[in-house]
Amino acid sequence: MATSRFIKDTGLTVRMTTVMFLLGALFVALVVGLMFIASGAGYGGLVPIIGLAGIGVAFYQWWNSDKVAMKAMRAQEVSPEEAPELHGMIDRLCALADMPKPRVGIAHMDIPNAFATGRSPERAVVCVTTGIQGLLTAEELEAVLAHELSHVAHRDVLVMTVASSAGIVAGMLMHGARFGGLMGRRDRNSAAFFMITLVVSVVVYAISFFLTRLLSRYRELAADRAGAYLTFKPAALASALQKISGGIATIPQRDLRASNAMNAFFIAPAISGASLKTLTATHPSLEQRLEQLARIQAELGRPES
Amino acid sequence: MGLWETVTGRRRTPPANLDSLFEVPSAAITLQTGLGLTPTGDASVCYRAAGGSAFDTMQREVVELLQADPVAPAVRLETDSFGFTWLSVTGDPADTAGLCTDLHVVNTSLEAQGFGPGLLCTLIPFADASGRRVGLVYLYKQGTFYAFAPTGPQQRDNLLEITVRDALADELPMEPDLARWMAVWDAPGL
Repeated sequence: MATSRFIKDTGLTVRMTTVMFLLGALFVALVVGLMFIASGAGYGGLVPIIGLAGIGVAFYQWWNSDKVAMKAMRAQEVSPEEAPELHGMIDRLCALADMPKPRVGIAHMDIPNAFATGRSPERAVVCVTTGIQGLLTAEELEAVLAHELSHVAHRDVLVMTVASSAGIVAGMLMHGARFGGLMGRRDRNSAAFFMITLVVSVVVYAISFFLTRLLSRYRELAADRAGAYLTFKPAALASALQKISGGIATIPQRDLRASNAMNAFFIAPAISGASLKTLTATHPSLEQRLEQLARIQAELGRPES
Repeated sequence: MGLWETVTGRRRTPPANLDSLFEVPSAAITLQTGLGLTPTGDASVCYRAAGGSAFDTMQREVVELLQADPVAPAVRLETDSFGFTWLSVTGDPADTAGLCTDLHVVNTSLEAQGFGPGLLCTLIPFADASGRRVGLVYLYKQGTFYAFAPTGPQQRDNLLEITVRDALADELPMEPDLARWMAVWDAPGL
């Protein structure tokens, strides 16, 4: 019987699925709760429409994720002739992982980073910055690409978009309720309705914000794991992460804010805030990631009895 | 990949498919009679070496095992620029079956130690009288073959590759997706 060196991480799976369940429950609670309140105020028909519109916005974001992200990063798709080493690495990793080869892009910017996006593994694009190409060795860059390909294989763009749909709906309601409260008819019933809606959506938005960030951190850890198992070189990913985190902290502040919108899809976040950092971070701490990689390294090196 | 693996972010590197390699000897005869391509007697396995003592020990044992054979083939280990290890054996060009058995020893040893997911491809080079070389490449994860015929740095003879595919279509599972016909430029034996 062939042995497997793939360690199960039940704790991470349980935490991740719990967060996803909570986000789903939050969405349902928001819609049902609002329908209940709204029917009392005579706006019953409005809530399902807002819910559907929110899902529509999320769907649109997911459907066009590759184009939007490439444009936001000013990245260009490159052919195998233009970037033979990069394509060679991705070819090999895709052959190892038995997944379709994504398109490859390069963004001309000095921030060392990489991201993967796209609505499905067939329509995915993996993009690296020229900064990361200059900073990392070939081995480390391969580890980063394996991490990004794992995001593609795990369909993380879809998962995160679905996860954030409760937040999107709540955000739309927040604006709608404010607008309605200002412009709406002045009878007591609808004023109360808009007030309650505003409070509910603010609360839901806040909860959803923290939960999606939590989920994002778990997905990063899962991608680290899968990437390390794909290359068999957890140490290369570890040193790449150390280099990238160190490099990001020394980049001027102006460049960092410019890439704010893309943060959730990066391999390491470009913004390092101080307050509430651990709760709102899109990525787990370097210590956490290195600890997991060390465990995988130990398992891969364990002599078979 | 299933829904559960997507939800949990738990994709494993797929295991290697080792069976189709034993169909190579009969395919070699087809290539010889049909296209005049003969095996060069080389064959190599390309895999990703893991760090740590477990892998080093296993690799040393495999090399020793191959060399313990009375008609021991020459065994070489080299690492390419992408960080993959090529273990190549050079034996009797007439004995393709023997070469395949040697390759199978490598494959099963890697798999038994839990390193099967690190297997990338196997390459069996062929050459014709005019000196053209073409490698028959087996992709472990897809379980399919394709031909790779380099003619110079970063240049490959696509026509010859497609001819080989058509010649072997009835005997071997050939890779239908041309995008997966990965270029292995610095492969040993080509």
